[in-house]
Amino acid sequence: MAEAKTRTVSPEARRPLSPHLQIYRPMLTMMMSIVHRVTGIALYVGTLLLAWWLIAAATDARAFDTANSVLTSILGRLVLLGFTWSLFHHLLGGIRHFIWDTGRGMDHPQREYLAQATLIGGLVLTAVVWVVAYMVR
Amino acid sequence: MANDPNSMRTTVRQVRYLGSAKSGTHEAWHMRLTSLALVPLTIAFVWIVLSLVGKDYNTVVKALGSPAIAILMLLFLLTSVYHMMLGMRTIIEDYIHGKHAKTWALVANTFFSICVGLACVYAVLRLSFT
Repeated sequence: MAEAKTRTVSPEARRPLSPHLQIYRPMLTMMMSIVHRVTGIALYVGTLLLAWWLIAAATDARAFDTANSVLTSILGRLVLLGFTWSLFHHLLGGIRHFIWDTGRGMDHPQREYLAQATLIGGLVLTAVVWVVAYMVR
Repeated sequence: MANDPNSMRTTVRQVRYLGSAKSGTHEAWHMRLTSLALVPLTIAFVWIVLSLVGKDYNTVVKALGSPAIAILMLLFLLTSVYHMMLGMRTIIEDYIHGKHAKTWALVANTFFSICVGLACVYAVLRLSFT
């Protein structure tokens, strides 16, 4: 007891911690929360590609053709496919958060339906955009 | 009581109710504002990009420089850059706990967002006025 009294650890360090991710069984709503952040980070990095494309267009035809040939290569297309999915998934995730902001959709099973709708909606919108892109090309 | 080294109170708890900081919620509110704006703006952005798929240099330059498209692009770019800066700030505050690492990560986030935003906006403006 005397030993405990002389310890001068900051109060924050001695407070109990709440259980974190590794404690819980993976669930869809939890995975969707993580994926929302991950897609946000992906879009953050992806702005570099958008900036490059816009700067190339503003520079000259040669710079634009270079950017275009990289972005339309197999690897470029895969990255842009991922970018498209991240964009739609994050967009629908944001709408899900707006629904929650009104106080609705937090109960079971509504939150599961919302998570499923976001997941499927993101994939469907990505597919639609890419089908249209190949059609108008 | 407040200065007791064995107190379970945090430093925040010791100053709470002693006065108002009169700020603190504007980032959360701005996150909602930019999210709301980005719903139509993202659709517009995807529409613009889709309309330019496979087009040659002159067509793309002319389209991106036309007033309606340039204004939509500028709105989309400025809103999303601010949105992503706030989002990354939240992620850094949640996961990076080292005092110095956190501060520098926040600085890097702000610099990166402003640089990318400015570069994109400059490119669109240049396409509009040349």
